[in-house]
Amino acid sequence: MIELHNVTIRAGTFILQHLSCQIPDGCYAVLMGRTGTGKTTLLEAICGLRTVQAGEIHLQGKRMTQARPAEREIGYVPQDLALFPTMTVREHLEFALRVRRWPITALKRRVDELAQLLQIEHLLARRVPALSGGESQRIAIGRALSFQPSLLLLDEPLSALDEETRDQVQLLLQKMHQATGVTVLHVTHNRREAMQLADRLYLLEAGKILCPEE
Amino acid sequence: MSNPPQSEPSTRTFRHRSDFPFLAAMWGLGGSYVLLVLLLIIADAVRTSPRHLGEALLKPEIQAAVLLTLKTCTLSAILSLWVALPLAYLLSRQHFPGRFLIDILVDIPLVLPPLVLGLSLLMLFHLSLDGWKLESWLRASFEFPVTYHVPSIVLAQFVVTASFAIRTLRVTFDRIDPRAEDVARTLGCSRGQAFFRVCLPQAVPGMLTAFTIAWARALGEFGPILVFSGTTPFRTEVLSTAIYLELGIGHLESAIAISLLMIALAVLVLVILRCLGDWTAP
Repeated sequence: MIELHNVTIRAGTFILQHLSCQIPDGCYAVLMGRTGTGKTTLLEAICGLRTVQAGEIHLQGKRMTQARPAEREIGYVPQDLALFPTMTVREHLEFALRVRRWPITALKRRVDELAQLLQIEHLLARRVPALSGGESQRIAIGRALSFQPSLLLLDEPLSALDEETRDQVQLLLQKMHQATGVTVLHVTHNRREAMQLADRLYLLEAGKILCPEE
Repeated sequence: MSNPPQSEPSTRTFRHRSDFPFLAAMWGLGGSYVLLVLLLIIADAVRTSPRHLGEALLKPEIQAAVLLTLKTCTLSAILSLWVALPLAYLLSRQHFPGRFLIDILVDIPLVLPPLVLGLSLLMLFHLSLDGWKLESWLRASFEFPVTYHVPSIVLAQFVVTASFAIRTLRVTFDRIDPRAEDVARTLGCSRGQAFFRVCLPQAVPGMLTAFTIAWARALGEFGPILVFSGTTPFRTEVLSTAIYLELGIGHLESAIAISLLMIALAVLVLVILRCLGDWTAP
């Protein structure tokens, strides 16, 4: 469960104040909002890359407001993906596991599982510059899922893809969610995408998070 | 409702202009500098002969100067990279009070006259604070003389070369997307791990460039070495000061031969490191 209690975040002159919401475990939550309403700023604050000025963030019942990003166990896929240009696809999938010093057999098994789930077995030896947009998106999702986080944050994961690839990745996200049961917070401004994916829909408007279903 | 055109567009007033004047101007202006550098090398080459070159290279003091130059240039380039890497990273990634001031301070050796740098180093090591001097303390405590000894050459080169290395690596880090390090931190890395695992591998070509520039700059360093290290043959004579000594005693051919040797060394290092840079580029 993700809980935000009266969270205030400042990004330069931009400010989000008194944000509160709860996202239940295993839910595929979609956060909608116009460009510039602070969706990315909110995701960065949840995963610890941006300082929270006031309020509380709780993850799985634990207070995580001031915790370092590494301590939060959150998988994060930024809008620009931020893949590592010097690494192969396999190295991307192994990255978080090597940092956590997983045994080599468990590490290999996990990479094979992910490659099968994301249908990227044939890409494992490739480097980032040789990947297409849809392939890069799959690698970024795989990298974020590799260490089995309790929460996955997706920042407009389909916005830069052509229509056909978007449909494929959207199906993949649904399949991934069913297979892993991970709680997802997916940010988008595309209404169709939100309707097709969301178990629960949230709106970020005028500095407030609204949940139309509540 | 739009009005019909008053007249048909004239086909006589528009004609395709040739690209030749533009390209000729670019090649003419840019090429003039390349020509100047080539002429400088050719002027040195025609003024000397293989015999003069051989004689100069067989002199024991010149051989010692070549060895000392290679050692000190390599050491000062390594030291430059050693300090430039953290400082350039901090200046590129962190926003802290005094950043602007540090940015200006590290550029000072780039704009100061070389003799002033040498003089400043001399002052630093011989400034008396209640009778305590850095040079005397290093000699008494560690038996490590600096002024007019080999360490002074490395230090004189390092002061300038580090500044070039910091500038080069700052540009390198500015071009590397910090988002990748942010993502690495969400994947379990500390800031240090994110730097070593994600940022540093991307900075390798920039590090090689910084090393090349530092090495080449150290090779040509003269003013601070002259003031801070002197030009004692077999002890503190490097190639740049050897030219000065040879000119001083009227051995023009010998001075030109050493100059050609320095040009050859510089070209060799630049070519090797450029190839390494291409090889390591992602």
